[in-house]
Amino acid sequence: MIARLLEGVPRRGLVALAALLLVLLVFPAFASGYLLAVGFLILYFAFVGQAWNIMMGFAGQLSLGHSLYVGLGAYAAAALYVHFGVSPWIGLGASIATAVLAGAVIGFLAFRFGVAGVYFAILTIAFSEFARIGFDHFTWVQGSSGFFLPVTNYAANDLWNLRGSPTMFYYLMLGMTAGAFVLCHALLRSRMGYYWLAIRESQEAAQALGVNVFRYKMYAVMISAAMTSLAGIVFAFYYNNLFPEQIFHISRSIELILGPIIGGIGTLVGPLVGALLLTGLAEGMREAMLQLGIDVPGVKQVFYGVCLLLVVMFLPNGVWPPLAKAFGFERRSTDRGER
Amino acid sequence: MPIEVYLNVAASGLLTGLVYGLMALGLSVIFGVVRVVNFAHGEMMTLAMFLTLVLFNALGLDPLVLLVPVAAAMFAFGYLLQIGLINPFINRPEHSQFMLLVAVALVLVNVQLIVFGPDAQGIRTRYSFDSFQLGTLIVDASKVYAAGAALVVAGALFAFFRFTLLGKAIRACADNYDGARVVGLNVKRLYALTFGIGSACVGAAGAMLMVVSDVTPAIGPAYTLLAFVIVITGGLGSMPGALLGGLLIGLTEALGGVLFTPSAKSMFAFALLVLVLLFRPQGILGRKAA
Repeated sequence: MIARLLEGVPRRGLVALAALLLVLLVFPAFASGYLLAVGFLILYFAFVGQAWNIMMGFAGQLSLGHSLYVGLGAYAAAALYVHFGVSPWIGLGASIATAVLAGAVIGFLAFRFGVAGVYFAILTIAFSEFARIGFDHFTWVQGSSGFFLPVTNYAANDLWNLRGSPTMFYYLMLGMTAGAFVLCHALLRSRMGYYWLAIRESQEAAQALGVNVFRYKMYAVMISAAMTSLAGIVFAFYYNNLFPEQIFHISRSIELILGPIIGGIGTLVGPLVGALLLTGLAEGMREAMLQLGIDVPGVKQVFYGVCLLLVVMFLPNGVWPPLAKAFGFERRSTDRGER
Repeated sequence: MPIEVYLNVAASGLLTGLVYGLMALGLSVIFGVVRVVNFAHGEMMTLAMFLTLVLFNALGLDPLVLLVPVAAAMFAFGYLLQIGLINPFINRPEHSQFMLLVAVALVLVNVQLIVFGPDAQGIRTRYSFDSFQLGTLIVDASKVYAAGAALVVAGALFAFFRFTLLGKAIRACADNYDGARVVGLNVKRLYALTFGIGSACVGAAGAMLMVVSDVTPAIGPAYTLLAFVIVITGGLGSMPGALLGGLLIGLTEALGGVLFTPSAKSMFAFALLVLVLLFRPQGILGRKAA
């Protein structure tokens, strides 16, 4: 199994990954509270980016409504915890179930009725907006006034109930991101992964070759939704407050897909690189603004937008593919069909 | 509630819907020809509204007169945007175009935030508090004027695309990209013109909406979504469809607001969108995609 996973991966790539993991593992020992929060955010976006990438990067289905799965996952686990004292490790069953169900409904409706491309993307927006307004009026979780988790002093880390210090959340997120990386790598190497790539490149050709296009697109949506909902749980227990206006908002959906697009769609490292670049850029800019004493809201975002614009214009495949080439991290076998 | 209430709300929803329809018409024209979904549409709408506001404060002219210079300015904006940024992206994949326009939207919304501030701003015209009475129906005069202007602009646009040579050339590009190039049309310039025309629609709609509504930079994304919902309901790329979609969405939101709570009104628009996408993905008046 492990041998199969490692097959074709260049040695220097493995060494680089191990080094990166090591750096991330010791990072909290040296980081200030602020840097730790930034590190958490980077890992968070790397994780959700990876999850989104399964749908778009692997199976070629553009979802612009992934905040739906984040929100459903967050609300399901948080509500069970607050109302019934259920541990999020058990509540994640409900989170996954809700998100997978939502993904399955969207996927079923879209793929059965031939809703594709731009139309599919807008259908996903419609569902997440629908959920946003719906949760605004969902009194069991306090509607638009926000749903709060009880906060106490973190004397000890309680991993079972996800109550604890930022360091605990950092390591949790690190574990999830590493897990997602390995999982996506394994998925890409699986039969299903090859089917996805085939569907991405040409749905008609894949169908003609006997791939059950409908089924594998459904799997992509459901796996992506399940993973994304896990990120929602961590989000809920890390920030301790949930507002439909924030968590389901379309800008959240866009935020989480910027990473993989900037990093390189369909690549495994892309979501990591993208999250690192974007979060680093945003936080670095916040710092620079502070130093320069510029306190005009919006300046940071304008700069952010311009950077985005430049990347999209000049690096159409994202930042990672040219970097991978330069460092010799490309796979040895080129007939794998992976980008 | 008496039936008159519903009728009044419906009438008001339909009138506002026409203005929304004109905004969506811009999106539809752009998509129909350039095949790019303008994710910065709502941000362009607020830009047009702020332009109207600035001109109104400086010149004191009626917004429905200012419609002309605002539409012209937005035309120039759209033309330059297409020439400078979007034309190189014509043959790029959808997600790449999407990213480009998201970046444009991000810049636009925040530049507006810097220049105009985060507060809601509105204008008051001589006829802000006037109303017309038709039997039991009472409608705001400003909404009637705005809707009338929307109809005039939309009518002019239909005429342009149907009767002028330039309009026909643009429709040729929409129908067959390669064919248009073969017969010697300068497709990139026509795309730029189209994006300009779509933006001018937004400019006109923005000037009209300023008569009936306030503006903040933060409302931009909501208008983008609204334009999507309208255009897909009516049929992406269909011009009458955009107006029909505007009317339908205006009506749905208005009635949803009265029947349930006003804060839930957009939910009905999205529900309508989902239904349309499922049973008639090409929209009510849209043509089946080839």
